[in-house]
Amino acid sequence: MEILVCVKRVPDTAENEIEVNRDGTDIERDDLVYSVNEWDNYAVEEAIQIRDKVGGSITVVTVGDKEDEEVVRREMAMGADNGILLSDDAFNGSDGKGIAAALKAAVEKGNYDLILTGAQADDGAGQVGGILAAMLGWPYASLVNLLEVIDDKKIKVGREIAGGNQEMNEIDLPCVLSIQTGINEPRYVGIRGIRKVASVDIPVHTADDLGVAKDTVGESGARIKRLDYFVPDPGEGAEILEGSTDEIIDKLLELLKAKGGIK
Amino acid sequence: MAQQVFAYIIHKNGVVDDTALEMITAAGKLNTDASVIALVAGSGSELDGVCKDVASSFAEVWKIDDEALAYINAEVIRAMLTRILPEDGIVLIPHEHFGMDLAPGLSVKLDAAYLADAIDFEGIEDGKLKAVREEYLGQVSTHVLCDISKGAVITVRPGSFKADESKSAGGNIVDKTAEAMEGGLAGDVRRFLEIVAAEVGDVDITKSDVLVSVGRGIEDEDNLEMVFDLAEAMGADVSCSRPIVDAKWLEKSRQVGTSGQTVKPKVYMALGISGAFQHLGGIKGAPFIVAINKNPKAPIFQAADVGIVDDILDFIPELTDKINEIKS
Repeated sequence: MEILVCVKRVPDTAENEIEVNRDGTDIERDDLVYSVNEWDNYAVEEAIQIRDKVGGSITVVTVGDKEDEEVVRREMAMGADNGILLSDDAFNGSDGKGIAAALKAAVEKGNYDLILTGAQADDGAGQVGGILAAMLGWPYASLVNLLEVIDDKKIKVGREIAGGNQEMNEIDLPCVLSIQTGINEPRYVGIRGIRKVASVDIPVHTADDLGVAKDTVGESGARIKRLDYFVPDPGEGAEILEGSTDEIIDKLLELLKAKGGIK
Repeated sequence: MAQQVFAYIIHKNGVVDDTALEMITAAGKLNTDASVIALVAGSGSELDGVCKDVASSFAEVWKIDDEALAYINAEVIRAMLTRILPEDGIVLIPHEHFGMDLAPGLSVKLDAAYLADAIDFEGIEDGKLKAVREEYLGQVSTHVLCDISKGAVITVRPGSFKADESKSAGGNIVDKTAEAMEGGLAGDVRRFLEIVAAEVGDVDITKSDVLVSVGRGIEDEDNLEMVFDLAEAMGADVSCSRPIVDAKWLEKSRQVGTSGQTVKPKVYMALGISGAFQHLGGIKGAPFIVAINKNPKAPIFQAADVGIVDDILDFIPELTDKINEIKS
């Protein structure tokens, strides 16, 4: 099975408090720790498990610049076979459709059976997989938390729906899936693994290489534009208990007792 | 002429989802001139009941009735909607597991703009809609400008718009099945098999009065012991947020949230939980919420009644000791 996994380098929300910069044009980027989008790690792990079971190879792709190459390398250290960087000034300011248009061109240069994305990334939209599938005319399933290869024509996927239930589907290949966290346990990547791929060549494809019309990507092609970042008026919010830990605990216990929180 | 606004209605077992009435309010914020057309798909008598219900709140209902829609498959309904929707329409869809399956691809098929997970609308100017979204798991918000002049598919976050309960419409039901089926059924590239029901755990957190709920802030599986100790001292049950289940530290049946359980306790202690909207969506019945988190900007403090800014790894053992001390 030939698998393409689309990944993204994002500020790590587990490691950073995300703050808005002074004029609201961006988040505060100084001292941010970046990593691969959490959902994408599950997608790469799933791809590795499929390849190890049925054979084939895994390519990891991202749209970005030189700095974004590090996440491709990291996923290769994890076990992906190849990496591709789609990079062009023309991609800057792309909305979900622009990113998907670049990825579609990369898909058409390969011979993939299965494309995986994370279910969402830092902007929480969860859109690129579904857009890419429709652009390719391939079937799509989102929020996949179980994947079984039936044969080289079809797979079985479980989707996470409400209430902890799972919706099972059979889906024809080639297809696009967005992968939900919890589908597997992504393997640890050690320093040694990273070193091994440190000098591997990662090809860079520009818009011209891909044959992407520049007016379909970037700011000119985008129908969604971010105006600003802001922190909403906190409104009422919680009453923050202050004082020494003992004082806080006393206040808390009083409240809990009044509300029936301690039996 | 005003652009036509549509709302996709989610329903299950004959019951219309809460998001239906929320989309009337959302649509009202888009364009006060246009009436909203509800899109309702399904099959048989169950669908008829749903349409009747929906028609009391929407000016017009477009019904698509086919056996193939008894369980709605996004691939199938997407092809149908593409046939009946006007090119420049604005389509609102709830941002939940079905909407996320349907909407991105629908925007491509309609060649419309795609705006995901909107939480508010602030008006339209020169064919551009100003909307509010959240990024970084709710830590920051953004205003976005969406060019809706050639149509738009917009997913709307459940719970972010107030439900319009006025039921003032008394709308028409229009059967669109024939038009939707023109050229035959499409989308059999994906076939629904079955629903696998959630595993029942040893504790039913949906029945608990007091929940001690733990999130990523617990850092290590071994630290869970202190959470169970606190719950025991309080006479509470232990629940959790998604990362704890993803790490396989606790069973899925203990997960609170839209993809897990919906709980209705009297008291909810959120320990090291950031408070993503998917988690908060699983807490109903307006419990007294106590949030303990070392990040003072965590969104959970907006939802909580009382907050404590501290590392739960330090705070929990002290709290447990104090409770046990008082009890003895």
